[in-house]
Amino acid sequence: MKTAVIRTSLSLGNVNLVLGLLLAVFITSVTLIGGSLVPHDPFQVDMGNRLQNSSSIHWLGTDQLGRDILARLVYGAKLTIGLGTVAIVVAILIGVPVGLISGYIGGKVDAILMRIVDGILSFPDFILAIAIAGILGPNLTNLLIAIVLVRWIVYARVVRGLVLTEKQKEYVLVSQTANSSSLKTIRMHILPQVIPDIIVMAAIDVGKVILLVSSFSYIGLGAQPPIPEWGAMLNDGRSYFQVKPLLMVYPGIAIMLTVLCFNLLGDGLKSHYDIRRGRGRI
Amino acid sequence: MKQFLLIIGSRMLQLIIMVLVLSFITFLLMKITPGDPIRTMLNVEDMAATKADEERLMKEYKFDRPILEQYGEWVIGVLQLDLGESLISKRPVLDMILEKLPATLSLSIGGLVVLFIIAVPMGVLGAVYEGRWPDYLSRWTALTGASIPSFWLGIMLIYVFSVQLNLLPVMGKATLAHFILPSVTLGVAMAPLYIRLLRERLIATLQSSYIEAAKARGLGKKRILFSHALRGSLIPLVTMFGLSIGGLLGGVTVIEILFSWPGMGELIVNAVMSRDYPVIQGYILIIGFLVVVSNLVVDIMYVIINPQLYNGKESM
Repeated sequence: MKTAVIRTSLSLGNVNLVLGLLLAVFITSVTLIGGSLVPHDPFQVDMGNRLQNSSSIHWLGTDQLGRDILARLVYGAKLTIGLGTVAIVVAILIGVPVGLISGYIGGKVDAILMRIVDGILSFPDFILAIAIAGILGPNLTNLLIAIVLVRWIVYARVVRGLVLTEKQKEYVLVSQTANSSSLKTIRMHILPQVIPDIIVMAAIDVGKVILLVSSFSYIGLGAQPPIPEWGAMLNDGRSYFQVKPLLMVYPGIAIMLTVLCFNLLGDGLKSHYDIRRGRGRI
Repeated sequence: MKQFLLIIGSRMLQLIIMVLVLSFITFLLMKITPGDPIRTMLNVEDMAATKADEERLMKEYKFDRPILEQYGEWVIGVLQLDLGESLISKRPVLDMILEKLPATLSLSIGGLVVLFIIAVPMGVLGAVYEGRWPDYLSRWTALTGASIPSFWLGIMLIYVFSVQLNLLPVMGKATLAHFILPSVTLGVAMAPLYIRLLRERLIATLQSSYIEAAKARGLGKKRILFSHALRGSLIPLVTMFGLSIGGLLGGVTVIEILFSWPGMGELIVNAVMSRDYPVIQGYILIIGFLVVVSNLVVDIMYVIINPQLYNGKESM
């Protein structure tokens, strides 16, 4: 009975991975090819064609300034996904080395550092981002700086924990006694072990960053108009909500599908790696 | 008793470290940013501000002093419950925050109630029917739920329940009915994480030795679930509560703006827009305090639920 349960769970993980990949293919192709299919400038104001419904010219209609909604969504996709990915990649590039070194060397410095890190991590990251972005000044660049400043700590913390576990294992001891340098041991033996966890975390994190950026833009602390970031589009369309509800529906669905894609990929990859490493399902 | 003192001591230490680190970072950031609060203030006070005005204000607010001195003064002020005054409204920061705190807390509690109403049944379903369709339902609900932007969910709820059906009010917090939409939005937005958490914890509980023992004694499935497993899951529930507070206080900000809820979210967003640094600093301090106090409450509840557990308690 146990094996049966494991098999079905495994297939759910795989289903999620496949769904995530399908969504990714869809989103990527819309983003890449969409620009040429939609021959409109996302910034082109056309007051004669405000709040149009769907038509063969404007597939999803136009917004309160007569701009093509689909063109803005496609532009927003590049922006949103690009920014989310860049933020997380930078956070990883800072956090992973720090975590590797801190965990590998250990000792008092590590203990004190982690005490401080825990102090910061127990603080709600949304509010930390508000504070940092707030002090630097509310715009998209500063928001990204704030996200990196908050997120790298998480990677450092997780990687450090993984290193501590890996360090106990025999193969690392063997490598150490075989006179490998610390750097080589980390690079050759420990890093490959933590990469799957980083990938899973990163996939889910890009989704989180997209949600965070859109929330910030919605409350006016992120992307500023006329940038067609999805949250900013929702903020823009607020006053026209009653006249044209669809104005508020499209960007929301775009955010949801994109974040869902990253969550499915993260979830699917997690089951995939866990089963390969024999860690069981959870 | 000694245990309680230990817990309180370590949480106090956490509070001190957290507040010192965060406030120092924000202080540093303020100093290195080009945007100048004095200029913001001058714009508010007087359109035709002169260089002399600028210098006068720099002196008055001690912005010309070295950063460590300013920081030291702020810390001493905090110890005397003085968080300074707003650069814009000139009112004491502590008063401004305490005024808004009840609205934020009441909405957070509303969100927490909805969160539990959703997360507990979904988590239990997922764990009990692990690997079967109710489990898939629970996991996909969690995945999809975690992908919806909370403010957008709020907008859609407003559209359906206020605009179309005209059932519920939207703006402000005049009556109990005003609580419904914001609380539901907040609770639904927070629920996915806790559905997963509770499911995983319950699965672990259901596989533990005392449940096996109960099965071996021939107890019925229902009895095992309700009187044994769920009691063992009180701990994850308490953990959920503890973890929720920080997330709730963060998540509530956007919801407050969306529903024009007169809480701390409005205060902080306005402070950020006008670069009202003392308010931002005070806000961080108060949130940090709330987070640590709620963690402390959770720690103490742990010990009360299961005194033996504390020594081997795994951190979440």
